[in-house]
Amino acid sequence: MAKAHVYADNIDTDRIIPGKYTKTLDLSSLAAHVMEDLDPSFSERFVQGDVIVAGDNFGCGSSREQAPLALKAAGVSLVIARFFARIFFRNAINIGLPVLEIPDHTIQSGDEIQFDLATGIVINVTRNETYQANQLPPVMLAIMQEGGLVAYLKKHKDFILS
Amino acid sequence: MKPQTIAEKILSAHAGYPVYAGELCIVPVDGAMATDTTAPLAIKAFEEMGGKKLAAPDKFHLIIDHAAPAPNERIANLHQLMRNFASKQHCALYDIGSGICHQVMVDHHTVKPGDIFMGADSHTPTYGALNAFACGVGSTDLAAVMLTGKIWLKVPHSIQVILHGHHLQPGVSAKDIALEVVKQLTISGATYQSVEYHGELLHHLTLSDRMVLCNMVAEMGAKTGIVSPEGLQLPYLFNPVFADKEAAYTRVLEIDAAALHPKIAIPHSPDNVHDVSAYVGTPITYGFIGTCTNGRLSDLQAAANVLRGRSLAPGVRLVIAPASRQVLLDALQDGTIQTLIAAGAAIINSGCGPCVGTHDGVPGDGEVVISAANRNFQGRMGNPQSKIFLASPATVAASVLTGCISLPK
Ligand code: SF4
Repeated sequence: MAKAHVYADNIDTDRIIPGKYTKTLDLSSLAAHVMEDLDPSFSERFVQGDVIVAGDNFGCGSSREQAPLALKAAGVSLVIARFFARIFFRNAINIGLPVLEIPDHTIQSGDEIQFDLATGIVINVTRNETYQANQLPPVMLAIMQEGGLVAYLKKHKDFILS
Repeated sequence: MKPQTIAEKILSAHAGYPVYAGELCIVPVDGAMATDTTAPLAIKAFEEMGGKKLAAPDKFHLIIDHAAPAPNERIANLHQLMRNFASKQHCALYDIGSGICHQVMVDHHTVKPGDIFMGADSHTPTYGALNAFACGVGSTDLAAVMLTGKIWLKVPHSIQVILHGHHLQPGVSAKDIALEVVKQLTISGATYQSVEYHGELLHHLTLSDRMVLCNMVAEMGAKTGIVSPEGLQLPYLFNPVFADKEAAYTRVLEIDAAALHPKIAIPHSPDNVHDVSAYVGTPITYGFIGTCTNGRLSDLQAAANVLRGRSLAPGVRLVIAPASRQVLLDALQDGTIQTLIAAGAAIINSGCGPCVGTHDGVPGDGEVVISAANRNFQGRMGNPQSKIFLASPATVAASVLTGCISLPK
């Protein structure tokens, strides 16, 4: 079971990973600084496999793929938001960081979460509630099922719409 | 055929059949670019995808602008990786000093009206000024464009912004309009959508003005921003793309541009916008003019007009980064740079400069910055203990003269 770490609306990519740390190909150095300005105690409280939960517009701002990469490298198993900023959402799916859009979730910090990516069903064990995530467009679903765009294109060599 | 927005028309022309908001399509891309923040990851993903050769080397551009020249060996090595890739793949590389990616692409006529352009940078919608469909994407999406020459997209719904009026008040510029639109639409109000600009004011807006309007759609969460081509003047012939009269918009925003006063976004969000008059007197110690929003010749001239023959207030510094080599050359030619330097400005290399907090002017703890950039998220300029106000170049210039937020005359 995974614990939820809940954040507010409009968490921008500068808060997920500051621009000064983005110029690197070393994923562990990204993980070392993830969320540090927003939540200085993040690295102490976060356990590999935990879930990040946010309100509206998570990941707004820059196009930096280092933001979802940093979360993935830190061991985040899933990000849930009411809705995501567009580029972050695409980036997350492309690099294989699971993301689910749940407009009506009522998850609180510390809640225990179970989820099934294939169905988009999320169970809040602490509150005994179940949420259904919005469906992905078919092409995104296919990319997610392959584990990201690199694997998808390696296999298909091109985009397939349906 | 059902009436279409500009975004629907451009995407339909590329898809080869009519497409409408909400539908998915796969379209060929007319051009793509990546910067030193996004290119290294894109190159890595391209190679991991099995990429050997770019689908279209003449349509792919690399720009070293975000941390240029390299402030440390780690970034220097990423720049080397880009240079090596460009020489191996025979694609364009714009090295340090060329300027900010978006300005470089416009200076070199890389993007044209009706094009679809993908940039691995969130302010790529800037090219909507040219009546093009331009989107920001991440590195892996860009790698897919490098490999296939195509991208999958959901056709966006569109928001229509109608700018009324034939002139702006003295001291008001396109930046003040952009800030007003961000305020009204909010930081997430245009998510997944295209912001389409219309109205009689367009006949009076330059290409620079149009770039400011489209640049800041990124601060509304938009997928793209496109200016209707009325009044667009370019040094070559082009086929303008107009929206159909009955095109469907999710929202229509009417703005009386002629009645606007100078605007300012206060810390820590670009949609926290107020009249400058409400913040007059707030002390500042650092002014910054530059970026893909406001680093063009007209912006430097606006600042020079305020600063001519005067000097910065004691204890205040002003950093200026011309948006491109062309802008710098033009500003040298007409004496703008000399005026700015004489007033006390520090001119830095053409590039992103301190905008993204990597180098070239990180603010200190507790410092208050007034900047002509587009984002003022906490920590944006490299120090979460500083505060950033966003305004027009004229407002920044007026403020560095007095040491506190001031109205441009
Ligand atoms: S100037 Fe700033 S906003 Fe524009 S591309 Fe550079 S870092 Fe991004």
